[in-house]
Amino acid sequence: MFEKALKGNKYYWMWLAFLGFFIAVGVVSYLRQYFFGLSLTGMTRDVSWGIYIAQFTFLVGVAAGGVMLVLPYYIHNFKAFGRITILGEFLAIAALLMCMMFIMADLGQPLRALNVILHPTPHSMLFWDMCVLWGYLILNALCGWVILTAERKQVAPPKWIYFFVYLSIPFAISIHTVTAMLYCGLPGRHFWLSAIIAPRFLASAFAAGPALIVVMALILKRVANFDAGKEAIDKMVTIITYAAITNMFFLGMEFFVGYYSDIPGHKHSLQYLFFGLEHHGHVYNNLVPFMWGFVILFLVGIGLITHPYTRRKNDLWLGIGCASIFIAFWLDKGIGFVLAGFLPTPVHEIVEYYPNINEIFVTAGVWATGFFILTVLYKVALGVEHEVEA
Amino acid sequence: MYDSGKIIAGLLIFVLFVTIPVWYNRGSAGAVPELELPKDATTCVLPAAEIRAEHMKLLNVWRDEVLRDGDRGTFEIDGKQYQKSLMLTCMKCHTSKVRFCDRCHDYTSVNPYCWNCHLAPVE
Amino acid sequence: MDTNRRNFLKVAGISTLAGLGGTTIVNRLVAGVDEAHAAAPAGSGVERKTSETIRYGLVIDIKKFHQDPSLGEKAVNACHQIHNVPKFPEKRDEIKWIWMTNFENAFVESPNLYQDEANQTHQLPILCNHCDNPPCVRVCPTKATYRYEDGIVGMDYHRCIGCRFCMAACPYGSRSFNWRDPQAYIENINRDYPARTRGVVEKCNFCVERVQAGLQPACVEAVGDSKALVFGNLKDPHSEIRQILKEKQTIQRNPSLGTIPSVFYIV
Repeated sequence: MFEKALKGNKYYWMWLAFLGFFIAVGVVSYLRQYFFGLSLTGMTRDVSWGIYIAQFTFLVGVAAGGVMLVLPYYIHNFKAFGRITILGEFLAIAALLMCMMFIMADLGQPLRALNVILHPTPHSMLFWDMCVLWGYLILNALCGWVILTAERKQVAPPKWIYFFVYLSIPFAISIHTVTAMLYCGLPGRHFWLSAIIAPRFLASAFAAGPALIVVMALILKRVANFDAGKEAIDKMVTIITYAAITNMFFLGMEFFVGYYSDIPGHKHSLQYLFFGLEHHGHVYNNLVPFMWGFVILFLVGIGLITHPYTRRKNDLWLGIGCASIFIAFWLDKGIGFVLAGFLPTPVHEIVEYYPNINEIFVTAGVWATGFFILTVLYKVALGVEHEVEA
Repeated sequence: MYDSGKIIAGLLIFVLFVTIPVWYNRGSAGAVPELELPKDATTCVLPAAEIRAEHMKLLNVWRDEVLRDGDRGTFEIDGKQYQKSLMLTCMKCHTSKVRFCDRCHDYTSVNPYCWNCHLAPVE
Repeated sequence: MDTNRRNFLKVAGISTLAGLGGTTIVNRLVAGVDEAHAAAPAGSGVERKTSETIRYGLVIDIKKFHQDPSLGEKAVNACHQIHNVPKFPEKRDEIKWIWMTNFENAFVESPNLYQDEANQTHQLPILCNHCDNPPCVRVCPTKATYRYEDGIVGMDYHRCIGCRFCMAACPYGSRSFNWRDPQAYIENINRDYPARTRGVVEKCNFCVERVQAGLQPACVEAVGDSKALVFGNLKDPHSEIRQILKEKQTIQRNPSLGTIPSVFYIV
């Protein structure tokens, strides 16, 4: 079916070329980093994980978000999602591949990555993260491909695939729970040492993933003559709304715990993120604009996707609203969460993290690769849809 | 056959490309590497043929025993005790990496990254 | 494609996979039998046995470091020199195994309002605590960091993939990463000890190569007779370190986290 991706109009090729440029820049930047060392990033001894791991954390959520299409359709028989579960599954594939690329980019010795398989370590959550990431990737590739092939041949999918479809649902929950477990079991990192990290991750995942799918669906309606259907989009918007509000509720609880107990360990990272933290006469606040951007974008997004006019009658504003939610949660998870966990450091110092240009180019390159893969996969899926409709 | 010209030409180029290792040196295997052996020792840790084939495996066994198991027990050769160590045993006899280790490694195009950490003797 | 060719390709594909997979599995099983013997002691710090008779520990006398500020520099330099720890020009790349810091940075769970003058003006050394319940060992995905039976938390630079999970897990900030190639930045190379390569994490190893040969750690030796640093076997009730612990009140860093450090501080 890949031949469907080889035929496209000039806008399709221009988009791929545009992404290809950023991929090339990303490759060159990564090679520079590979041969020199990770000193070519903004990471330091004190903030030893930066935007690579932050992007990975966010994208695992986006990948898990696909389950919000699979679950209603396959378990609860919500027929309206029938045409778009493939969008969720293919998004999961692209997002998971991005996650793995970010992890590889972040490793100090990437050629030794197979050590995780050669020396399995069940008590390490990073080992389980690798297992579930690969498992979910294979499940999505298998399910997506087999069901799409069946659709193309206009037959019912083979019965055995449903075992894997049902299996992918707990896997989706598990990938983001295991990623949360990377953080929430570390003593000494008080910002992360909270039981609500996993629920918060899942909530923002189930908002960000479907939000991106809605944006994609609206774009595909415009450029590829593919209509997901009003009922499907509307239901997704409902899911996004509740998931997004749940995430903010959880964040609110974090604020309450930190500020009411007034315990420095629980409060200081939030203070650093949202208000700036004063330490030895200097106020550290480089992430404050990002976090308020997150809050404002969330409010704008929620407003747009819940207001009846923009929700149902105006695709452009609905798309903007969903994009707003997506970017808001990217700021929350992809920037705020990981970076603030390291500050204050275990010895109560503050060393702010700034990504440098090489790091940003590698990050952009991986995002471009993800969107490239997504474009190709969606072209295949839509090619099959159009072929079947004809 | 359609496009027979292109296909046969392509096949020829492919065969030539894939047999480069055979014809590039015109049949000879190049000069056998000349190793500068240590002057003051007669035997290595293992017999010559064995150590030539197994030295990487031996080093890995030593590494796991010393570093991971904490077994720093010494072994005896000709009455002298030796440690299980690349830098403290092997390189004390084979005092030149360039005139010993690199000779075979360059010939066989092997690039062990041991030397990134284990400091080679000063030449 | 006609069905015969399709069937042929299916059978060929599956047999190739079975052949490759089968031989690999058989090989690994055969090798695994040998590996299993070796694997038993070389497990992770979590599964490893703990010795009944040896647990190494360190007592740091803070007052002695106040009285003689040069001791700190001696200890740090001895350690960093003997282990080829590099000195980078930029603080962001910095690697340190043991270093001097202020009281409120070492003991973050202690109040520091109206601190005594000595602690306000002098510093004390901190290093890896070689915990009995080390979070870094718990999180390492390749067992590149592990706990010896005698309590020392070791580092296998050959296996480390540089994921820096251990650095995130350590509640004391004891670990450093080689953000770039360190060899050019080692000031006085010790040719009897390896350096490290870029992309791996390193930390104090309690001079395991010296201790297992019966010597004292380099930092302890450097402070000499001052007894500012005392190293010994915590499980030997007659050792010097146990005597000190019996006589002097000591504190540990971040005790509420349950890591059970091996390093004690006499206040």
